[in-house]
Amino acid sequence: MENIDWLIQGFEQAATPMNLLYAVIGVLLGTAVGVLPGIGPAMTVALLLPITYNVSPSAAFIMFAGIFYGGMYGGSTTSILLNTPGESSSVITAIEGNKMAKAGRAAQALATAAIGSFVAGTIGTMLLVLFAPAVSRFAVTLGAPSYLAIMLFALVAVTAVLGSSKLRGAISLVLGLAIGIVGIDFLTGQPRATFGIPQLSDGIDIVVIAVAIFALGEALWVAAHLRRRPAQVIPVGRPWMGKDDWKRSWKPWLRGTAYGFPFGALPAGGAELPTFLSYITEKKLSKHPEEFGKGAIEGVAGPEAANNASAAGTLVPMLSLGLPTNATAAVMLTAFVSYGIQPGPTLFSKEPLLIWTLIASLFIGNFLLLVLNLPLAPLWAKLLRTPRPYLYAGILFFATLGAFAVNVQPLDLALLLVFGLLGLMMRRFGLPVLPLIIGVILGPRIERQLRQSLQLGAGDWGGLFTEPVAIITYVLMAVLLIIPLVLKLMHRDEETLLVVEDDKDQREKAQA
Amino acid sequence: MTTTKEPRENEAVKHVDKAQYLVVAVLVAVGGFLIYNALTLEAGFAKVDPVGPRMFPMVVGIAAVLLGLVLAIAIPRGSVGEADAGEDIDPESPGDWRTVGMLVGLFVAMILLVSPLGWVIMGTVFFGGSATILGSKHYVRNFVIGLALSLASFYAFYSGLGIPLPPGILDGIL
Repeated sequence: MENIDWLIQGFEQAATPMNLLYAVIGVLLGTAVGVLPGIGPAMTVALLLPITYNVSPSAAFIMFAGIFYGGMYGGSTTSILLNTPGESSSVITAIEGNKMAKAGRAAQALATAAIGSFVAGTIGTMLLVLFAPAVSRFAVTLGAPSYLAIMLFALVAVTAVLGSSKLRGAISLVLGLAIGIVGIDFLTGQPRATFGIPQLSDGIDIVVIAVAIFALGEALWVAAHLRRRPAQVIPVGRPWMGKDDWKRSWKPWLRGTAYGFPFGALPAGGAELPTFLSYITEKKLSKHPEEFGKGAIEGVAGPEAANNASAAGTLVPMLSLGLPTNATAAVMLTAFVSYGIQPGPTLFSKEPLLIWTLIASLFIGNFLLLVLNLPLAPLWAKLLRTPRPYLYAGILFFATLGAFAVNVQPLDLALLLVFGLLGLMMRRFGLPVLPLIIGVILGPRIERQLRQSLQLGAGDWGGLFTEPVAIITYVLMAVLLIIPLVLKLMHRDEETLLVVEDDKDQREKAQA
Repeated sequence: MTTTKEPRENEAVKHVDKAQYLVVAVLVAVGGFLIYNALTLEAGFAKVDPVGPRMFPMVVGIAAVLLGLVLAIAIPRGSVGEADAGEDIDPESPGDWRTVGMLVGLFVAMILLVSPLGWVIMGTVFFGGSATILGSKHYVRNFVIGLALSLASFYAFYSGLGIPLPPGILDGIL
């Protein structure tokens, strides 16, 4: 019940006219930027970080809530109207949604995506209210050794489980850890890896890194491969759904949510697998399986809901443990740190009002998204026609502005360029971006946790393995690393099974 | 199931992507620097800090070098990364590195000149220049949009957020 009280307080805080205005601005900006092709939710949040610098933390988080869901929603619009998903989690939406749009049902596809996202987001946020405080209450009872184990687990999970190449995941992680070392050592006060530059002694501003890797790296990568003729945008009116569409959509929404949330909450869950599972499920359960691959509304409703519920799920480890598990959460955590808020299990007890305001804003942002975006969809569709040179020049311009505004020193721009080139290299050679960002964020915290627990244990390494939760986590980590090897030996690698099935699907579609 | 996978692997063997040695170079450079830098640190007092400031950079540095070596072995065996896809990316195009080079050049100019010339002038040049490099033929319009964006952001950051971007030589006029 205590949670409900806090939530009500959060709503009181979030629902002042001024803060509602921030929420509206957040939703509009988030959708507008998210709808622009080439910009995913993580990049949206990164690009909009500087706007929140000089407003109060609660106002900033209210805006973030809007940006978070707005960016997600914007991505699905792009997939449906352009058939070119910006991220792997909206691939499925693009498959069915774009077919629907081509068959003249763009309005229904957008409507089921929007309403499905709303349903999934609302249920997901409720589950967050239910689980996050409990997880956090449990987490504060854990000692440093357990917390260390959990953070290591997140690193291993994100690196080894997500992404296709473990080697490349590990490379990206090591680069991230290396970036995290730059700065003054917290125990001995010695500068490490600062090249003797005094401005680097506080470490490299994580906003600069996020903007460089997500925005600058992407813009440069696109510049190298820009399509000379942009893809066709399908014109659309106001989204709406007929009675039949509702009937066919509501169950996939709920099932998609059920898939998405738990996957999002797990350190290595991701959003691809639940959207894919949701798609298969809907195809099996549908009364119109023949429509799949030609624009079945269930194939948009389910995966979109799964995608959004997974996004809500990622907030559980982020708020209750301080663990970012996807890129967007990692960038949001960046914002916490820049406000001097220490992410971790104590967040709920130290900053309850702020956190509950954020959660209340998630509900509000989700609702605003539905109300604002159904009528505004034709406008968003127009944004998709932005001439590409202006779009990417704009991304470069705002990335520069954002990184420069942090400290107003040209050194940050030089760092932006260096890490932007790193981001370009990573995209060219297929190094995943997520492990790097997680490494930058978690690396320093892992080192601090390790050294402090050893300090307390007078240098006894055995002390790291005394807590039961720590031991269980290490066992799980070992299992996570060993299972794929065992599966591979048995020639039953789960990933290939999925890939093969996906291929078969595609082939069938191609024939049909 | 396994049969579908094999031809793919064989195909990959034919294309050895030598450019990946760049990643190896970066890893070895980063790792080498971290190891060197760690050796210059004072180890401190063992009782207060049993791990010391050296261990973490050492471990990361050695891991970077090792991963670089693993990658260097994997490259000639046909290991390739999957290049990023995206809405505006034409995966068939060979890669227009001239455009990227010009953008980087423009960026370097921005770094060097933003303080002396000021945000408004450099912002205009940066946006207009980028749009032109990226293939927009409306030269005047490119720079007019750049000027509008720079002026708007200058005043929005100055009065809205309280962040003074450098006015440069236009100090007093703006």
